[in-house]
Amino acid sequence: MTNPQPTAEEAAGTARLTAEQLERFGEEMDAIRQRILADLGEEDAAYIRKVVKAQRGFEIAGRALFYLPPAWPLAVASLSISKILDNMEIGHNVMHGQYDWMGDPGLNSRMYEWDNVCPSDQWKNSHNFIHHTYTNIVGKDRDIGYGVLRMDEDQPWHPYYLGNPVYALLLMVFFEWGVALHDLEVENIVAGRRSLGDNKPLYPGLLRKMRRQAVKDYLLFPALTGPLFPLTFAGNAVANLVRNVWAFNIIFCGHFPAGVATFSVEECEDETRGHWYYRQLLGSANITGGKVFHLLTGNLSHQIEHHLFPDLPARRYPQIAEEVREICERYDLDYNAGPLGKQLFSVARKICRMALPDRKKADDPRDEVVEPVQVVTEPTVAA
Amino acid sequence: MSTTTTAPLADLAQRVLRSRTMAALTQPHGVDRYLELVNPMWAAHEVRARIVDVHREVDVPGHPPVATLTLEPTSTWRGHRAGQHVQLGVEVDGARRTTRVFTVSSPDSRPGDRFTVTMRANPDGVVSRYLAGRAAIGTTVHLSQAQGEFVLPDRVPEHVVMISGGSGITPVMSMLRSLQRRTHRGRVTFIHYAQSPEHQIFASELADVAASGNGIDLHLLHPELGDPALSPAWLERLVPGYRDVPTWACGPAPLIEAVHGAYGDSAALHVEYFKPPRTGGGEVGGEVTFARSGRTAPNTGESLLAQAEALGLRPESGCRMGICFSCVSRKEEGTVRDVVSGAESSLPDEEIRVCVSAPVGDCTVDL
Repeated sequence: MTNPQPTAEEAAGTARLTAEQLERFGEEMDAIRQRILADLGEEDAAYIRKVVKAQRGFEIAGRALFYLPPAWPLAVASLSISKILDNMEIGHNVMHGQYDWMGDPGLNSRMYEWDNVCPSDQWKNSHNFIHHTYTNIVGKDRDIGYGVLRMDEDQPWHPYYLGNPVYALLLMVFFEWGVALHDLEVENIVAGRRSLGDNKPLYPGLLRKMRRQAVKDYLLFPALTGPLFPLTFAGNAVANLVRNVWAFNIIFCGHFPAGVATFSVEECEDETRGHWYYRQLLGSANITGGKVFHLLTGNLSHQIEHHLFPDLPARRYPQIAEEVREICERYDLDYNAGPLGKQLFSVARKICRMALPDRKKADDPRDEVVEPVQVVTEPTVAA
Repeated sequence: MSTTTTAPLADLAQRVLRSRTMAALTQPHGVDRYLELVNPMWAAHEVRARIVDVHREVDVPGHPPVATLTLEPTSTWRGHRAGQHVQLGVEVDGARRTTRVFTVSSPDSRPGDRFTVTMRANPDGVVSRYLAGRAAIGTTVHLSQAQGEFVLPDRVPEHVVMISGGSGITPVMSMLRSLQRRTHRGRVTFIHYAQSPEHQIFASELADVAASGNGIDLHLLHPELGDPALSPAWLERLVPGYRDVPTWACGPAPLIEAVHGAYGDSAALHVEYFKPPRTGGGEVGGEVTFARSGRTAPNTGESLLAQAEALGLRPESGCRMGICFSCVSRKEEGTVRDVVSGAESSLPDEEIRVCVSAPVGDCTVDL
C-alpha cells in the first residue's frame, strides 16, 4: 500500500485537483469516450445479440425443465440466469441507450421493457436521470440508501436507523419491488415534501407492469405445468429471489463500499465537466473478477467506467478500465476496486455501522467512519 | 401450389402466436423477439423479408446504378396496392439499422406475396447504395406494412394519365403493371421524363408495352435531347381536356411544380412527392422547425433543447448533458452536430438527444 489513505474530506472535495487539473482530467475522459464512440460497430452489435440469444435460450430451457420434476434445481438455475442477464447485461444497459445507435427497435432505450416489476419508463427517470446525473450528491441522489437506509454519515442519524440491517435484508429479498416503488418517494411523502397526488400518474403503469409480471410467473406458467403448479410457482419465485439478491449485492458493491465519496449539493453547484467525471469516479467502486462474472453483473462490476460513460456499450468497460486506471494513477486519484467478498464485507459493515449514531463527535468524526481497508494496490487489481 | 395445402395450419399457428395468452407468456419482450431467433422469416406481428433477387435496371458509367430487389416477405405482409410505398430497414454491415422509404414497383400483392422495390443508389444514401450495390441475396430486411394514398381507385377510370420523372416511375410502373394484369380495357397515357435513353428504367418492358398497344399511349421524353418539357399547351395537345382526366404524377420537385402549374387546383390530379436531395450545409444559419408544435425560428446555434425552450416549448428532458436519454426525439430533416463529440449527422428520421444536438443550417425536429 503505497498510496496514502485520503480522508473522506479529501476524497469528497476537489481539494486534490486544481481547476486546471480537473479540466485536463475531463478532457482525457472525453477523449476515451469519443474514441469508443467512433469505433462502435459490428462486434458490439453481434455481442449484444449473442447475449440476447443466450438469455432467451436460458429462459426457454428453464420454463421447459419445470416439466421434469427431478430437474427442478436446474430449471431454477436456468431461469435465474435468464432473469439476471435480462435485467443486468441487457435491460439495464439497453435502457441506458447503449445500443440506440444500432437502430434496432428491440434494443432501443425508448422501447425496451425488462423482465422486472418496475416499469422501464419510471426506472429510466429514477436511474438514468436522477441517479446518474446527481450521483452521490447527498440530498439529491435517491439511490443513497434508497430512501430507506442510512448509507452515509451526512444523513443525520435517527433511532429509526437502528433497523438498518433489517431494512437492507428486506430490500435485498424484495429488490425488484423496492426498485419499482422507488419512484413513489415514500420517504418524501412521510416527511411532507411530496404529496400523494404527485404519485397519481405513476400508478397505472406500475400496477399494469406488476400485474403482468405476476400473472406470467405466478399464474400462467405454473398453470401450464398442470399438477406441477406448486413446484413451478415456487421455482419462479426462487428465480426472482436469486435475481433480486444478485442485483442488490452487485449494485450495493458498486456504490457503498468503504472509501466511496459522497458530495454536498453546494460543492456540485456550477459543476464543470471535469468535476462531473471526478464525482462519478470517486462515487463508484469496481468488483474484480472473471469474464463470466462481469457478464452476469451486466459489467456493473465496472461501476466506475459505467458511471463515467453510462451510454457506452458495457462490453467496452473492461477495455476502458485499463486506461481509466492509468489516468487515475497519474492524477493520484483513488480507483476503488476489490474482489466481491471484500466489497460485500465492506458494504455489510457500513450498513451496520450506519445503524448506530456516530461516535466521537469531538475529533473529525469522518476519520472514524471511513474504513481503513480501501486503497487497492496494483497486484490486487491485476488479480 | 404448396401454400394452399399448408394454409389452414399456418393460419392456426398465426392465431395461436397472436393470441393474448402468447402475449402474456412472452411479455415483456413479445413473441416476435423469440421467433426471430429461431428463424428470421418467422413473425407474428412484425414484417421482415429476405432479398431473393437483385436485378440491375440501368448502369450508366459515372451515374448511380438503379436496381430492383425482389423481396420474399414473412406471412405477416398484408399485401399492397399499386402506388404504395414501404419503409425498409437494413443493417448495413450487421450493425446500424437504417430505414428508408421505397416505392413498390411490382403489381398489387396479396398477403405473403413476393414483391419488388426499385431504387436508384443515391450517392449520399446509406441504404439505397448498400441495397443496390452490395446487399447479398438472402439478406434479411425489416419492413413496415405498405403505406400511402397514392393509389388507383377500386374502379379504374376509363382514361388515366400517369406522369413521372426519374425514379418517380416506380409507383406508376406498379400501377401500369397492375392494370395490365387486370386487363384494363381503357386508355392509359403514360408520360415519363428521363435524363437520357440510357437512364431509362424498365426500358425493355416499356418497349414491349408500346409495341403491344393495348390502349397504352407511351411517351418517353428526354428534354436534353430536344423533347418538349411539360407545359399546359403540350399536355392539351396530347390529351385534350387533360385537367379533367384522372392523373397520377410522381417525380422530382421541378416536375411536380410544372404539373401543379398545368393542373391548377384540379381534383383529378393525384401527386406523390419525392423529397428533394439535401444540399450539405455546414453553416450555423438557417431555420429550426419544431414540426409537432408548428414553431419555426432562426437557428441560433444553441442546442435544440435550448432553442425549443426559448420558443416556449417544454419538451421532455432530464440531465441536459446527454447521458439520460430522456430527451430523445426524431429529427426529420437537416444536419445536427453533437456538441460533446463534434460529430455531425444528416440522416433523415434519426433519433437524437436534443440536449446535446445543435442544428447546422436548416433542421426539423418532431417536437
